[in-house]
Amino acid sequence: MGYKVQNVSFNQANGTTTLRNISLSIETGECIAIIGPSGSGKTTLLNVLSTALKPATGSIEYNGNNPWLIPKSALKKIRAAIGTVHQSPPIPSQQRVITAILAGRLGQWSLLKSVISLIYPLDLLGPHACLQRLQLEDRLFERCDRLSGGQLQRVGVARVLYQAPQLLLADEPVSAMDPVLSDVVIGQLIEETTSRDATLIASLHAVDIALRWFPRIVGIKNGEIAFDLPSTEVNETMLKELYASEMGNLPMQAAIAA
Amino acid sequence: MSGNSYISDPARNHRLGFIVVALVVLWPMLELAQFKPWLLLRPENIEVLGNFLIQFFPPNIDIDFLKIVLHATIETLAIATAGTTLAILIAVPLGLIISHSLSISRIGPGSNYLLSKFIRLVARFLMLFLRGIPEIVWALLLVRVFGLGPTAGVLAIGITYGGMLSKVYSEILESANTLPARALLVSGSGRLTAFLYGLLPGTAQELASYTVYRWECAIRASVVAGFVGAGGLGQLMDQSMKMLNGGEASTILVVFFILVLLADYVSLLIRKQLG
Repeated sequence: MGYKVQNVSFNQANGTTTLRNISLSIETGECIAIIGPSGSGKTTLLNVLSTALKPATGSIEYNGNNPWLIPKSALKKIRAAIGTVHQSPPIPSQQRVITAILAGRLGQWSLLKSVISLIYPLDLLGPHACLQRLQLEDRLFERCDRLSGGQLQRVGVARVLYQAPQLLLADEPVSAMDPVLSDVVIGQLIEETTSRDATLIASLHAVDIALRWFPRIVGIKNGEIAFDLPSTEVNETMLKELYASEMGNLPMQAAIAA
Repeated sequence: MSGNSYISDPARNHRLGFIVVALVVLWPMLELAQFKPWLLLRPENIEVLGNFLIQFFPPNIDIDFLKIVLHATIETLAIATAGTTLAILIAVPLGLIISHSLSISRIGPGSNYLLSKFIRLVARFLMLFLRGIPEIVWALLLVRVFGLGPTAGVLAIGITYGGMLSKVYSEILESANTLPARALLVSGSGRLTAFLYGLLPGTAQELASYTVYRWECAIRASVVAGFVGAGGLGQLMDQSMKMLNGGEASTILVVFFILVLLADYVSLLIRKQLG
């Protein structure tokens, strides 16, 4: 059981190669952090894992199935079991928080239930509970354009918590949050993953969060994997080499120069 | 640092070229259409206009005539509303089918990519056919089938406006921010629910305001339909003009003006509600 990425490459529309020959093997139940400098390919890798992007070469496998070779209905089922937390949550600004969270289960609900929930939300307790875990329950019926950046990011996380997927992908989920809140949110993501034996892959910009919370760290630079190690084996030299282009300081949540 | 001497905008030549081509095409067209609006300002033409317009005053406010106008107005509103409703019923599925932004086949396996492309092509052609033929032609055609009366007008408006609405709906949907809808598709949502939760919230105001505007156009179009006997204010206007009764015609025009104002107000209310 698990996820495999084999020799995957991806090219952008303008020709630049964002991923080169990436190979990863992920067991169910793992919590992995992906770190690397800006533009190294973290987001692209997560998009390939979520089946939003098709790899140019190589293949990905979910429990032995290649999602790009199966019929559409099977792919839809696989996608309903993958949840993505985006760095900048793709939520229409006029939408209310409750509807934005309910949208997480659209892959699992019938058409009738989805249409009714648009006008009259059928499940209020579920989204409320998800927001409560992220300390945002008082904003359940607020419009999304009235929220701050960090609050909107938490709504995106709440949506994935509500979806309860088997594979959680998080693309810089705490980039707009203060250190205390980041800890709460990452803690919730990890608790959600471990309680259901799901898998979590998170790309993070702050190295200290990655080292503190995640047992396995994958470093990416220029679209290639620089290292793939347990967090205890990651040392300062490796990190400095990874972020060599970021002017000598390691990006930390606590903003203290390394 | 002296200005932009060593930096040039890569789009500059392209844009300049475009403006030049537009002017080169526009100039002969204006000549061809004999575009000479300054002729309106010549004294003899102003006198002719004045004599023509005088005939429209005073508007006929005879109570019997006003009753007839009221009845015709309600008929026109009914034709316009029924026609627009039919148009919406045609345009919503057609617009959704045509819209690229909800194309699962683009982010999914290529199994029936060709089939969905084919369906989209057929839908596009249907849309072109519906709106390519002017309403008056449809009205004349349908009058032969359904006889004189409102049915021909309602169907003519419904068909042509269905084509127009579906084109604009699909273009509004395609130019909207599609990231929310695509994120939902990648989480396993179907196309319709991805549209309802991802695209509709951001585009509802524009879709509604264009639909109300088309309803207002339908009111004017029912005038045209009225000329082929479809009833309503159009038929009344036709009769008044043929009798050269300027007073009656101007009353009807005032009613039109009020209806357009009404449509404006309805549009404002709906946009406020959706925004």
